[in-house]
Amino acid sequence: MIGGHLPVLLVVLPLMAAPVCVVVRRPAWAWTVAALASWGAFVAALGLLLQVLEGGPISYPIGGWAAPWGIEYRLDLVGAFVAVIVSAIGGIVVPYARSSIEREVAADRIYLFYCMYLLCLAGLLGIAATGDAFNLFVFLEISALSSYVMIALAQDRRALTVAYRYLIMGTIGATFYLIGVGLMYMMTGTLNMADLAARLPEVAETRTILAALAFLTVGICLKLALFPLHLWLPNAYTYAPSVVTAFLAATATKVAVYVLIRVYFTIFANVDVFEAMFLREVLMALAVVAMLSASAIAVFQTNIKRMLAYSSLAQIGYMVLGMSFATLTGLTGGIIHLFNHALMKGALFMAMGCVVFRLQVASLDTIEGLGRRMPATMAAFVVGGLSLIGVPLTVGFVSKWTLVLAAIEANMWPIVVAIVGSSLLAIAYVWRVVETGFFRPTPEGAPAVAEAPLSMLIPTWLLAGACVWFGIDARTTLSVARQSAAFLLGSGP
Amino acid sequence: MTFPGLFNYWVVIALMMVGFYVVIAQGNLIKKVVGLNIFQVSVFVFYISISKVKGGSAPILSEGIALYGNPLPHVLILTAIVVGVATMALALALVVRIQDAYGTVEEDEIREREEAS
Repeated sequence: MIGGHLPVLLVVLPLMAAPVCVVVRRPAWAWTVAALASWGAFVAALGLLLQVLEGGPISYPIGGWAAPWGIEYRLDLVGAFVAVIVSAIGGIVVPYARSSIEREVAADRIYLFYCMYLLCLAGLLGIAATGDAFNLFVFLEISALSSYVMIALAQDRRALTVAYRYLIMGTIGATFYLIGVGLMYMMTGTLNMADLAARLPEVAETRTILAALAFLTVGICLKLALFPLHLWLPNAYTYAPSVVTAFLAATATKVAVYVLIRVYFTIFANVDVFEAMFLREVLMALAVVAMLSASAIAVFQTNIKRMLAYSSLAQIGYMVLGMSFATLTGLTGGIIHLFNHALMKGALFMAMGCVVFRLQVASLDTIEGLGRRMPATMAAFVVGGLSLIGVPLTVGFVSKWTLVLAAIEANMWPIVVAIVGSSLLAIAYVWRVVETGFFRPTPEGAPAVAEAPLSMLIPTWLLAGACVWFGIDARTTLSVARQSAAFLLGSGP
Repeated sequence: MTFPGLFNYWVVIALMMVGFYVVIAQGNLIKKVVGLNIFQVSVFVFYISISKVKGGSAPILSEGIALYGNPLPHVLILTAIVVGVATMALALALVVRIQDAYGTVEEDEIREREEAS
């Protein structure tokens, strides 16, 4: 019965497909392999989510070795939800990649892109599926190493230095995580997350565990680019090929947020982590600073990909903020923003990818009056931008509303002000793009460009449409997010 | 406390700080990679140290051995070494391509050439 093996299929399918891409070499065939594998992974993830919704968490012992000795894949609602987000974005990005990557990556390296993309997908899905703290480190590195390569595939030489810097920062982050896991293993003798959760309370007060918590927090925050550990992100997103930016922005940082949620609410479930070392205050303060400062910096960018990268930093602030409330509403807001932000950032970066496809650069100078020449692309950008601002009837509104409710529940009015302030700044930077794109006249001698090919427009509009669809009818996503949050908090104190 | 005592852990911390400092302070991309490697190796040493059981032998099954070290961290570190090798290879490959593209591996010179272009 194949249904029982879905947890491992989810990871094995893209992992096995990756070397196949290298073997077949021809771009068209490599693309076919990548597409089939990522759609397969999406079906598996969806199947798992339905199974989990019906029957509760699924445990899958790898190789038949029972947990806690063997490696256990454990999918609960959050894990399955993240797996669905990642594989859905993957499935949408692949058709888009075909034309876009031909334009932005050297022809003899295209098959390598698909190989790296599949490895990255396998790593990200593995993080969502695994129930073992060390196994998570391995998947973290698989996804990180392949994303460095994907960034370096761009033809701009600056992509190389950016990929190098990302590699240094990412490796430091992962090594910090490894130190944290080692310290926990030292005190408890186990690596299984559920087992760790059971054994940690006894030793929670020791300095070793506090050090472990600190290492884990800093390491993961480097990966998810929380202010002030974000320095690698804006340039990486700016110089990477557009598809890579769209894929990484929509998935990689989200998965890092998921890892942080795992650590705080699963591994440290029975310990009151947020009281230790002012963790709540620190996280909340950093999140608020990220929301405000990154949005403010975004307003002054002329390169639109860089603008969106700074806006991503602000959005990561929202997710961490939601988590740091550690209340049902707050965590729900954090989790639903994972999903919603993946949709809108995916749509925005893909729309800019369409612009890059035609104009090579997506900056405020090149897009003057572009709304008349590429209406479908720019309209998709507007939908994503509205969502970023948090206009009602878009997904952005749903998550910001939930976060504001959480802040009011916790009686923290300054946070409400910060959320609204950050949204106002979002209006400013989104408006700059809309104004130049639609209300400026087309400059003399501007290149006559046609709309991007349908293979790129349809995926972009799928995501932009999803921004509106899940903004109007948020019942499914909200209920999944709320159940996940309740599950995570339920196993706690 | 007898000799080894916490000696390993002090070494680990010293190596960790040396590596970390080199990564941050050096402007040469190759030296940064070396620093990163030292930083990672210190963590490997740390894992190996926690697996030692006082008076225990190597974890190999044979007659008359009742007390032996914990083999699991060794296995974990084998995996981590592989990850470290991959990272190192990728970092060095990137440095080679940076050298091709910029003609230098010094951070400040790269920055100058980026601004000049």
